[in-house]
Amino acid sequence: MLQTTHSPMNFAGPFADMRRMQNAMNQIFDGARLPTQSWTYPPVNLWAAEDGIVITTELAGLTEQDIELPVEDKVLTIRGTYPAPQSGDEIVWHRHERVDGAFSRSVELPFRVNPDLINARFGNGVLTVEMQRPEDAKPKRVQIKSS
Amino acid sequence: MAQVITTQDAHGVATNNGDANRSAMAFTPTVDIFERDGTTVILADMPSVAPEDVDVTLEHRTLTLHGKVKPYAPEGYRALTSEYRIGDYIRNFTLSDEIDQAKINATFKNGVLRLELPRSPEAQPKKISVKTG
Repeated sequence: MLQTTHSPMNFAGPFADMRRMQNAMNQIFDGARLPTQSWTYPPVNLWAAEDGIVITTELAGLTEQDIELPVEDKVLTIRGTYPAPQSGDEIVWHRHERVDGAFSRSVELPFRVNPDLINARFGNGVLTVEMQRPEDAKPKRVQIKSS
Repeated sequence: MAQVITTQDAHGVATNNGDANRSAMAFTPTVDIFERDGTTVILADMPSVAPEDVDVTLEHRTLTLHGKVKPYAPEGYRALTSEYRIGDYIRNFTLSDEIDQAKINATFKNGVLRLELPRSPEAQPKKISVKTG
């Protein structure tokens, strides 16, 4: 049953509806987090500073040996293979939601990075890759002389 | 065989943005559940959670998995793109009486929680021998 309360002394204004709508939208997108629903896997978060980039991605269940990180010019690729799920006749499956199989994702970086100065760590199912801009690609400061 | 475990749907989140009681978000971890040799195994993905921040509680027949996430942001950097969000993980399961609750085993490795729930001996299938008359 629809109930409407009219309370002229408590006027919320036209923005109340907008806020409600925003909340509803946020709730919809909160649920859309399963990696299987995404076309690009794995999703990454990227941070940048003047001369460095940090990329993180969640790869629960992998070990550092399962991940490859080739870098070419401005593109970092994250490749890996999840271990095959348990199999056998004696196993009865109830639910299988976790990701398996192989994946490959290439991320274009905001600038070229030095392939010798890449620091990659893997802990608690999260891969963190730190990259540095090579010396010759750093923006140069031009000295202006007074005439 | 009786249904051992009932779960909530994976596509929801435990706590939403609109919930005024909590400002942080919580996510439902994806799980695998299978049974082998009378033991039910639950694997739950909880990346970004440190082993000491995982809580598994059993109250009556409700098993709750809770993983607390410490937010991460590299110092001196600004966020350029965020394709995934981080937050705590919460998921509940209802266990049947057939689980031997004293023998539940939990391990946490590489962001994955592994729970082993053995069936209690009384619940193991019994074989009744039929004698010839």
